[in-house]
Amino acid sequence: MKQIQSPSFSRRSFIKTSALAGGGMLISFNLFQACKPEAAPPVDISQLNFNDFNAFIKIADNGMVTIFSPNPEIGQGVKTSMPMLIAEELDVAWDNVHVVQGALDTKNFTRQVAGGSQSLRHGWEPLRQTGATARQMLINAAAARWGVDPSTCTTNNGIISNANGDKLGYGEVVKEAANLDVPENITLKNPKDFKIIGSDANNVDIDKIITGKPLFGLDYKEEGMVYAVVMRPPAFGNTLKDFDATEAKAIPGVHDVIRFGDKVAVLAKDTWTAMKGKKALKANWESDEALENTEGHDKILTDLLNGTEFNTMRADGDVKKAFAEADEVVERTYESPFLPHNCMEPMNFFADVTAEKVRLVGPIQTPAGTARRVAELLERDPEQVSVEMTRMGGGFGRRLYGDFALEVAEISKLAKKPVKLVYSREDDMGAGIYRPSIKYKISASIKDKKITGYHLKEASVNSNMYGLIPNFFPAGAIENYQVDVANYTSKITTGAWRAPYTNFLSFAEQSFFDELAEILEVDRIKLRLDLLQKVKGNTDERIQYSPERLEKVINVAVEKSGWGKTEEGVYQGFSAYYCHNTHVAEVADVVLENDVPVVKKVTCIVDCGIVVNPLGAKNQIEGGVIDGIGHAMYGDFSFKNGEPQDKNFNTYRLIRINETPVVETHFIESDIAPTGLGEPTLPPAGAAVANAIKAAKGIRLYKQPFIKHMKAKAPLG
Amino acid sequence: MPVYNLKINGKSHTVEADQDTPLLWVLRDHLDMVGTKFGCGIGQCGACTIHIDGSATRSCLLQVSNVGDMEITTIEGVSEDASHPIQQAWKEVDVPQCGYCQAGQIMSATAFLSQNSNPTKSEIRDAMSGNICRCASYNRIERAVELAASKMS
Ligand code: FES
Ligand code: FES
Repeated sequence: MKQIQSPSFSRRSFIKTSALAGGGMLISFNLFQACKPEAAPPVDISQLNFNDFNAFIKIADNGMVTIFSPNPEIGQGVKTSMPMLIAEELDVAWDNVHVVQGALDTKNFTRQVAGGSQSLRHGWEPLRQTGATARQMLINAAAARWGVDPSTCTTNNGIISNANGDKLGYGEVVKEAANLDVPENITLKNPKDFKIIGSDANNVDIDKIITGKPLFGLDYKEEGMVYAVVMRPPAFGNTLKDFDATEAKAIPGVHDVIRFGDKVAVLAKDTWTAMKGKKALKANWESDEALENTEGHDKILTDLLNGTEFNTMRADGDVKKAFAEADEVVERTYESPFLPHNCMEPMNFFADVTAEKVRLVGPIQTPAGTARRVAELLERDPEQVSVEMTRMGGGFGRRLYGDFALEVAEISKLAKKPVKLVYSREDDMGAGIYRPSIKYKISASIKDKKITGYHLKEASVNSNMYGLIPNFFPAGAIENYQVDVANYTSKITTGAWRAPYTNFLSFAEQSFFDELAEILEVDRIKLRLDLLQKVKGNTDERIQYSPERLEKVINVAVEKSGWGKTEEGVYQGFSAYYCHNTHVAEVADVVLENDVPVVKKVTCIVDCGIVVNPLGAKNQIEGGVIDGIGHAMYGDFSFKNGEPQDKNFNTYRLIRINETPVVETHFIESDIAPTGLGEPTLPPAGAAVANAIKAAKGIRLYKQPFIKHMKAKAPLG
Repeated sequence: MPVYNLKINGKSHTVEADQDTPLLWVLRDHLDMVGTKFGCGIGQCGACTIHIDGSATRSCLLQVSNVGDMEITTIEGVSEDASHPIQQAWKEVDVPQCGYCQAGQIMSATAFLSQNSNPTKSEIRDAMSGNICRCASYNRIERAVELAASKMS
């Protein structure tokens, strides 16, 4: 097993300190790169400059700690867990720490261009080092005042003590500390001494959320702005021939109607008027080529799977030979539809494009990349473009794409006004960047009751599995192993969707192994454990999953779920998976109510390294499991003549509270650096449920959504 | 353009708006009360839930001209300092993930608990099934409603 090591940082290069004019000490730092040598740490809190640094810690002279971070929050609780790392090493009480996100507080932030997504995994080491460095500087300042050796001083919750029993609060020495050299060679705490890491902390924005304060992109307003709603081509492949805005313009409150490319923006005094204006537009659309249909996609992907044009992503041994020599070959095909993201907060963005600058504000996961693309589109100097981030009402991958920010920038430029672009739900679902429809064909060769070969073929729309995914389990466990991929280029826009590829791949593989166990007449847990044995000691660098950690979550899942020991009428399904550097096992308990399978409970075992904030982590896990079940059960999305057939929640079904199981979470205790939690519990959920449905009803599911494909055989839900 | 006098969270507000404007947009765009959220616009998701004379109502479907002198309560009117037992329960359980749906969830829950102060689990699940949480914080919503019920009884 290989751990990804965080690069080691020279503290001198990524931290700068300054004494604040209003009192207190400011630690300015750059998480993932060295500061520019000329970058000057601000001396006034109103001058925080997120170009040169990406976060700041202020220690006030009353000892209160404020962390200023432009970190995006998409519901993953990162905004809570990242400051916990700083507070831990700084050794202050969590209650004395406040987190301020830059966005929406324009008074306190000059510009914010924050760099990319900053996950806990990548922040683990540098954030702790920053906290520890600041703590050492405070100790050094106190020791100098006392005339003692710093190594004889200790800290406890913001108080420094020396061997004589003298005490000084952090706030009392900030002034001197700010002017000291940034020390090198800081030792980090031993995980067993953690006080904050590993204890429950509320979401830092909870009070604002539950009292309805403005937080989200849709809540953002500025004096003088107008609202825009955009008419886009109804079908992928359509172009705008012409349009008539006479009626739209006649609506009181509609300011302007502007065409840009194949889209038309209606600008109005408020959202509702803009929506009405859009409805009143009359447009003619045309298309050069045949428009796409779901039936067509099905055929194309099936033909690809049965064809010979593949890219091989990994090949071990000789799959052909293994299949030729097999006693038996098992081959199964798994199929999934496109899926929209459906963030609860529809896409929206604000732009103010003037001769001097381009100011963008809104919910985005990729502010730096978006700023760059806007600069290119508008042919502006990237230095003139700023992106401020708001809280996001969900991301799931959709807000990685700045298409909406490009749109609003263009509209604002043409309208010469500050503009707030709002998508209706229909716009959001209809102009998506969808999870592509994917089919997998998995074959296994069996010889003397052993799995001798494994061949996985992927047929997908627009793109294929990438990175290390072809090296996930069962890579390394089966001697003759091959992963081949093929794709078809569609006009329908596709992209990342929570746990890209693995969100469906895991269903296919974990269903396949369950069925293999039945065919081989071996225990389904034992089949998985036996395969893992073969990965132990494997030195292949590409195999990043740990057979030991996967084995552990499987064994704990067996124990905690009461596997095989449930009461009569409860049917269980098993699934275990590794992705996003996290190892997970899930057991779904299904009962039959009026002969319909209902998922009652999911036991979820997670090895994500050290758990920084168990309260927040469990929230992620519960959400991921239920999201996985919801989409596996109900998520369906089709196209007819290039047009999405679902536009809103009246026909597109999302899981609701009365359909949810209880998720029981257990963590594997660990002292390994934390890994991702936003995604890895989603992929195994579908297979756990499908395998439980098999146990309950004898029906094996190969296609999502289950609801559709079970209906023919038996009703569901 | 017609002028309406609205009673919101115990205060009266005068707005000028087209008569077909959903109350949701009057609150958000005209009155700067953005706690009430837009999710679907067709009564399917519950993000826009408010109270009209104490009952949970989808503000995206209620035209401003139909409000008359009915009492409107929004998330901003539940309590300013998060001291309402439902908000307290939401905090204790740490319900939100992205948080976007939560105002609507809280409004549905308060209206429900005012009618049924001692609900069963399945009554809670039924009552809250009109509110979608895309982050699927459903387990916690269920627990928070239970906890709020016990706090309020
Ligand atoms: S916005 Fe009103 S129910 Fe969805
Ligand atoms: S918390 Fe994100 S939609 Fe409910």
